[in-house]
Amino acid sequence: MGIPYSYSFRNLWTRRFTTLLTASGMGLVVFVFAATLMLAEGLQQTLVETGSFDNVVVLRKAASSEVQSGVERGQAALVESQPEVAIGPDGKQLLAKELVVLINLRKRDSNNPANVVIRGVSAVSLKLRPAVRLREGRMPREGSAEVIAGASIARRFKGGGLGETLRFGMRDWRVVGVFDAGSTGFSSEIWGDVDQMMQAFRRPVYSSIIFRLRDSSGFDAFKARVEGDPRLTVEAKRETRYYLDQSEAMAKFLRILGMVLTIVFSIGAVIGATITMYAAVANRVTEIGTLRALGFQRKSILSAFIMEALLLGFCGGVLGVGAASFMQLITISTMNWASFSELAFSFTLTFGILWKSLLFSVVMGFIGGALPAVRASRMNIVEALRAT
Amino acid sequence: MFMIKYVIRNLFRHKLRSILTVVGVAVAVLAFGLLRTLVGLWYAGAEHASDTRLVTRNAISLIFPLPVSYLERIRGVPGVNAISYGNWFGGVYIDEKNFFANYAVEPKTYLDLYPEFILPPKERSEFLLDRKGCIVGRRLANTYRFKVGDLITLKGTIFPGQWEFVLRGIFDGAEKATEERMLLFHWAYLNESLRQSVPRRADQVGFYIIGVKKPELAPEVSLAVDTMFKNSLAETLTETEKAFQMGFVSMTEAIMVAIQIVSYMVIAIIMVVAANTMAMTARERIGEYATLKTLGFKAGHLGGLIFGESVAISLLGGVLGAAATFPAAGWIERELAQYFPYFSVSAETLLLELLCALAVGVVSGIFPTWRGATIRIADGLKRIG
Repeated sequence: MGIPYSYSFRNLWTRRFTTLLTASGMGLVVFVFAATLMLAEGLQQTLVETGSFDNVVVLRKAASSEVQSGVERGQAALVESQPEVAIGPDGKQLLAKELVVLINLRKRDSNNPANVVIRGVSAVSLKLRPAVRLREGRMPREGSAEVIAGASIARRFKGGGLGETLRFGMRDWRVVGVFDAGSTGFSSEIWGDVDQMMQAFRRPVYSSIIFRLRDSSGFDAFKARVEGDPRLTVEAKRETRYYLDQSEAMAKFLRILGMVLTIVFSIGAVIGATITMYAAVANRVTEIGTLRALGFQRKSILSAFIMEALLLGFCGGVLGVGAASFMQLITISTMNWASFSELAFSFTLTFGILWKSLLFSVVMGFIGGALPAVRASRMNIVEALRAT
Repeated sequence: MFMIKYVIRNLFRHKLRSILTVVGVAVAVLAFGLLRTLVGLWYAGAEHASDTRLVTRNAISLIFPLPVSYLERIRGVPGVNAISYGNWFGGVYIDEKNFFANYAVEPKTYLDLYPEFILPPKERSEFLLDRKGCIVGRRLANTYRFKVGDLITLKGTIFPGQWEFVLRGIFDGAEKATEERMLLFHWAYLNESLRQSVPRRADQVGFYIIGVKKPELAPEVSLAVDTMFKNSLAETLTETEKAFQMGFVSMTEAIMVAIQIVSYMVIAIIMVVAANTMAMTARERIGEYATLKTLGFKAGHLGGLIFGESVAISLLGGVLGAAATFPAAGWIERELAQYFPYFSVSAETLLLELLCALAVGVVSGIFPTWRGATIRIADGLKRIG
């Protein structure tokens, strides 16, 4: 017969203070573990949600981001004439030829410069991105020096707010609207009329061409034809793939960093758990002897102490994940190396991260508790009863 | 003397527990030291920047070029000693994973402006004479086993095409911190090719490097240069090399701040662990403390006893951790040379490590000390186990 679970639970409760300290030590480790995973997840989700599966991005060959790319007007016209491009309800093609450049803006709080994406768009661009919605103000008029700013730019950068002006390309640009793009990368961009932008930046080429597919399955045929065409030096990617590639390097860096930190930290926490469990065993030698004398087997003692350690780990895990879930309120902004531009994203807690963190904490508890539990179960009945 | 002996004896009463705690503190201190060194490295580039060099680039942002015709006009600004120019090339060697910096520069003036790149005179003259030539840093050469005379092909991401270079020299950094994972080649080679393939992108440079006569002249010169091109098609932004580097650093600052927070968090975790150990130790010995008090020892004695044990354990861990920092940093420098060209621990970091260990000892000792010092004799003796 096994020892009831309540025995393990009440043991922890009796020594609340020690339990709390050990659990919070583990909780901190779980917190770091969860937080780094959440950060990598947030980054990836932001960039993946930015793309839609049915949209295609056409870039110059070998260019890994829109900023590096350049598509000449003649080539753009050839891409435009492909049959895979969808037609909107108004009879016009759902295709936008866009210009993407970076400008330096200063942050409102620290005055530090950061690279911000400026996108020259046309009227169709908005239809291609269902996530983008105008929140305040109005759209820029075609042919005027007006721009709209993403919510995260308006909040964090000087001159980005509604009614303010930005100066670049020898002109002053009025911010006439602020758009909300949910948790997508567009929130960190500024949009304006593409023809005005090309003029201002003296760039006679587009950066990328984005269009909706008439039929989702037509992508492979389009890609093969366009990339095989000797007149064109472009490559096509699905928008989701394009943004996933952009997040790869950074997400990998965050994950590796998180792993290394977690491994180091968990050593500390496991030591803490071991000390606590050893003390728990040492304090209860007589008790263990009594339990053995009553007829409980070594196995039962072992499982009772392992149970206690697992519970301890689980408490730590709950504490850590609880604290980490508050991190969802925080938005981090940093430079994404792949696109060389500023990107804002937040910690995102997913179910996968939740159970991984809890599993991790329980495993830590197990490792910390295994040795003391074995020691408890190996005790000699007579000697244990004799101990004071 | 008696007290010290007592503290030391106490340390060995629970050998396993003490050892575990010491190891825990050592690991935490080690992690703290390595993280701090990592953060320091991030800023190292900016710290080692010369204060007599200025960087001029397009005011809009780095991705916009400047006309090469600015060269002579900038040279004419009073206080300018030397000037060079170049482009970030952004070429990829075989695969995108093999990232290293590669620049197209005007070789002669560039090497003059950067005396920290030490190139043997013979290799230098061969590099200057060969328009298709390139030079790489020693560390890069070691990574990919480049030898002088090798043909190196880079795939252009910004400038499309396959670009071939002949390796004409391998330079060494004057200091350990000098960036050696870098490839330099002739700007003229890039420009001549562009003239034929994409004429509109030819005759443009990404940045000018200006050498000023005296560091004090830097603000004047940068102001003079920027005013000269105000309201032109390509306005300039001139800043010291240090400010330029800091611009890059500040863009990724959020991550560095996170690492810094984490490095203090590891100390917090170990503090909790150590505090737990001390609380446990003190609780087990409550009866003993009461006995000592009965014998006439004062609260101060008991406090010193507990506090001394706590600080001793942490400091032991701290010293162990600090000592382990050096081999660990050496290992990182050897094994991860690709990412961290040098990884040396500063004296400041070492001091902070020990201070952190001390703080852990002090903080974890406070509560048990207070408990032990204020316990009433009768309560202590009454207590069982």
